[in-house]
Amino acid sequence: MSDDLDGLREETLAALRGAQDHAAWDAVRVGTLGKSGRLTLLLKELGRMDPETRRQRGQALNRLRDELTAAVERRGEEIAAAALDARLHAERVDVTMPPPQTESGLLHPIMRTIDEMTAIFGAMGFSVAEGPDIESQWHNFSALNTPDHHPARTEHDTFYLPPAVESGPERVLRTQTSGVQIRTMLTREPPFRIIAPGRTYRADHDATHSPMFHQCEGLVIEKGVTLGHLKGCLIEFLRAFFGKPQLPVRFRASYFPFTEPSMEVDIGWSRQTGEIGGGMDWLEVLGSGMVHPRVLANCGLDPAEWQGFAFGMGIERLTMLKHGIPDLRSFYESDLRWLRHYGFPALSAVSLAEGV
Amino acid sequence: MKFTLSWLRDHLDFTASLDEILAKLNGIGLEVESVHNPADSLKGFRVAKILEAHRHPDADRLQVCVVAAGGGFEKVQVVCGAPNARAGLHVIFAPPGTHIPGSDITIKAGKIRGQESNGMLCSYRELALGEEADGIAELAENVVLGQAFAEYAKVDDPVIEISITPNRGDALSVRGIARDLAAAGIGRLRPWLVETVEGTFPSPVSWRIDYPEACPYVAGRLVRGVRNGPSPDWLRRRLEAIGLKPISALVDVTNYLTHDLGRPLHVFDAAKIAGGTLTLARAARESFTALDGRDHVLGTDDLVIVDHAGVQSLAGIMGGAATGVSEETTDVFLEAALFDPVRIALTGRRLGIHSDARQRFERGVDPALVLPGLEAATRLILDLCGGVASEIVQAGEPPGWQRDAWLRFGRIAGLGGVEIAPDDAVRTLEHLGFEVLDREETRARFAVPSWRNDIAMTVTLDQAPHLDPERAQTAAAEVHAIEAECDLIEEVLRLHGVDAVPPVMLPRAAMVPAATVAPGQARNGLVRRLCAARGLMETVGFSFVAHEDAALFGTATDGLRLLNPIASDLDQLRPSPLPNLVRAWQRNVARGLEGAGLFEIGPSFSPTGQTLILAGLRGGLTPRFPGVPAREATLWDAKADLDAALAALGVPGEAVSVTADAAGHYHPGRSGQVRQGPKIVLGAFGELHPAVLREMGADGPLVAFELFLDAVALPKNRRRAALALSPFQPVRRDFAFLAGPEVEVGAVLRAARGAERGLIGEARLFDVYEGTPLEPGFRSLGVEIVLQPAHASLTDAEIETVCAKVVAAVEKATGARLRR
Repeated sequence: MSDDLDGLREETLAALRGAQDHAAWDAVRVGTLGKSGRLTLLLKELGRMDPETRRQRGQALNRLRDELTAAVERRGEEIAAAALDARLHAERVDVTMPPPQTESGLLHPIMRTIDEMTAIFGAMGFSVAEGPDIESQWHNFSALNTPDHHPARTEHDTFYLPPAVESGPERVLRTQTSGVQIRTMLTREPPFRIIAPGRTYRADHDATHSPMFHQCEGLVIEKGVTLGHLKGCLIEFLRAFFGKPQLPVRFRASYFPFTEPSMEVDIGWSRQTGEIGGGMDWLEVLGSGMVHPRVLANCGLDPAEWQGFAFGMGIERLTMLKHGIPDLRSFYESDLRWLRHYGFPALSAVSLAEGV
Repeated sequence: MKFTLSWLRDHLDFTASLDEILAKLNGIGLEVESVHNPADSLKGFRVAKILEAHRHPDADRLQVCVVAAGGGFEKVQVVCGAPNARAGLHVIFAPPGTHIPGSDITIKAGKIRGQESNGMLCSYRELALGEEADGIAELAENVVLGQAFAEYAKVDDPVIEISITPNRGDALSVRGIARDLAAAGIGRLRPWLVETVEGTFPSPVSWRIDYPEACPYVAGRLVRGVRNGPSPDWLRRRLEAIGLKPISALVDVTNYLTHDLGRPLHVFDAAKIAGGTLTLARAARESFTALDGRDHVLGTDDLVIVDHAGVQSLAGIMGGAATGVSEETTDVFLEAALFDPVRIALTGRRLGIHSDARQRFERGVDPALVLPGLEAATRLILDLCGGVASEIVQAGEPPGWQRDAWLRFGRIAGLGGVEIAPDDAVRTLEHLGFEVLDREETRARFAVPSWRNDIAMTVTLDQAPHLDPERAQTAAAEVHAIEAECDLIEEVLRLHGVDAVPPVMLPRAAMVPAATVAPGQARNGLVRRLCAARGLMETVGFSFVAHEDAALFGTATDGLRLLNPIASDLDQLRPSPLPNLVRAWQRNVARGLEGAGLFEIGPSFSPTGQTLILAGLRGGLTPRFPGVPAREATLWDAKADLDAALAALGVPGEAVSVTADAAGHYHPGRSGQVRQGPKIVLGAFGELHPAVLREMGADGPLVAFELFLDAVALPKNRRRAALALSPFQPVRRDFAFLAGPEVEVGAVLRAARGAERGLIGEARLFDVYEGTPLEPGFRSLGVEIVLQPAHASLTDAEIETVCAKVVAAVEKATGARLRR
């Protein structure tokens, strides 16, 4: 290689080494390999040479061009990498800082429980029925074989509203969601399976009573459905709801005006620890029974043809047991601390697929 | 209902353990409320004798006693402060380590003023057995030293309390409980026979019934020459064990039989009865002083017993003070009657009198036990108080109570889901007192015992008023027979134990069930999750609020005001969940908690009916963050919440319009209603009215929205249109419109969007400017238009044409001009 090419090579390589940023590097690139770069000019001179010189000189120039092109690219990458490093270093932040807070909302445990009950009973073929909170006394009591003088109708238990029509009977805030059962029997032809979750009201307010609370009642009217089915259905529900496949469930004879035979349902728990399913104690959680023939007849269903079962449970009570919530009144106080502690994530699904 | 194990033994011959009895009671519907053995708290106490008693050398009021208390405690020194402690006295001794229930301390050996004291001599009060505390208890002479005091006092006898369901009046007696237990396989029911007392003279007092609907039958008799005084120990102990205060032998006898047989009785002091006739009559509007000392104002439906002087008893509920028996009573008139349960219940409830008699009469007593009960009482009175009995006087007729019922054996499995052999079923019913009248292969007919007034009773239906008559008749035709049969099946199942019925799964119509909730219900779940995801906390508020609060948020009509609220701030059905949310917000602020919006989906009430409203509330400042200053919630937050909820419900933004006429609880200038068409209001949003907040004492500003869920129509279940995706790039153009004071942005955007349908995809507001150089009230609106060509790229000329149309359309519709 001739001296001038060596010189060009050394100078270019030195200049590349000296280039510390993109601009300096680009100046070297253009100064050597650009349109008017020194190497380009040398290449242009080839045309004026005789063939032999041109051949030799051309080979040398091409080699040099390839070498310098590679060197320029390499140095370019180095500079780009260094620049990126510098930028990344400069852009470093304190990642321990908290991100901007967006308040997240949560779902109320009562609504969660209703969703869970809906999912479990839904899997057993039930559908959800609804009805008004203000009921006639007939829908709330009389139809349910609870006559005027029944203690449940005393002023101590029931909230009354002025009559809908003058001198008519006073209306009531429903003390149970049974009115929904009555409406279902009056408007739908059996067979059917429904649950009726909803608000209920009783004129009572202390540590263990709230003037408003939620109940979920159920009704099955179907030929051939017996007390055995009632037991199977409720055992299945309780075990699924509490997530305990072995949960002990006990049925005791009892009395309700609207069912016969009637039963109260207990689950096993530990009085000492509050653990559901553990311990030697029993805890009452449900009332149930075979629908009373009078109730069927009051709703126009022939008790010689139709039979079925009904049940009712307190939604707050089951929620308290499942989640260890100690105080009934706290459900309605909307205390943010309580809601944040006991609430459920907005997008948490309630499905049997994901587990209730 | 309380009873003791030893009392149960009077009627039931059994070897079962207490635990077995309790489990059986629970199983057969006699739910055990509590079990208490008084002996449990008397562990350690012994019967002892004071051998010597000397004054304490260093204390005037103390004595140093030497006590003999049986094995291990032959000579124990005890320092005692009781004035009645003396040598020779039989006492109750508590050795060290004994827990004293009356004062909740445990005795320790120690020194009192230098003298050793190894235990304590006790009063009844210290044993929690009585009030007297003048000194230590003095026991009888004939005692066994060292005997456990519980044994000595015969209190080692568990007291069982069970709750009796309203249908089981017969179980409000020890005998009724014994009968149930025997039928359930616990022991054998002992026969009960009453010795009839022949009357030796005509009763000077007689009965008369003027109110037969309330009292069909009454009997009585006089016992002359009685000595009334304290009852004997056995009777006092039984009454005390179940929480009754012994009063005098005559009264105690009636209380005893009330609990033993479920037969309430009343005793009058015959000397205090004016005239020779006691009449069962309607009360006048008058005042009456009952045995409990309280005055009651009676009504004309109330049944009373009157003599010539006036009302002497509130029949079936409580006797009167004027004719009550006392220590001086020598002639006593006994009453045993039957009363109408409903009238007793209504009177008792209205007057607020709870008595053992009322409790039994309102459930119905055994109609065949009137005379046997009277005889039993006579016998006891003669035994305890002496005297001679008159002949029995009666009025009215014992009502017919005989009823029968068929049981088809197949129905036990058909309804109860468990196979029970016919013979077993029959035997069970017989143990309960039913008699077989007919027995066939597949069924049997039973006579119902007199005490079971819950079985095979006459059916009074209360059918739905608008039932089809034919349907109503069919439904009612066989209800009596079916109900009676259900009654019998219930008895058989109850005594065999419903726990023994095998559980069965409900049959499945399909492997995969249909949807559980209706589309409307599912939609509510969707907006609930949406609101929470947008940062709002779900709350559940009472459906009733303070009348004043309700009035602030809508109407507070009398028709929606509770007649018997439990509190004045919970007296009005709410027009919206908003007042609850504002109150909840306030409470949280008062606790120093802020930073979360609240929402509720709940029933709301207006004179036109009940609706479901989603209401949300935001307020306070957003959290601060470096570079992101805190800001107050604005009505745009509320509007965004509402828009998002509407979008989730399938209501597109183009389908609604916003008008600035929201209800009065919103700030009139900073609120709006979302409408669909001219009539339907879907929701409202805005700042809450400052005056409303001031009225409620809440710090503002607060912003809120309401979504009237029932007003939102369910989207039609249509398949979506095919999606046509344009291969051509959209073109964006910005405009600045100068809008006068009357111009609404909504109208500008609507006009811009509609200027060239099919080409203009969107019209968005991106800026609003007010101030110099604009005239006051004028705004410059920055609007971006997106053009989406479908068939070819737009040429400059085409774009110019569309832009000109936009400007023209906006100006025509609103008067806003392009700003140059």
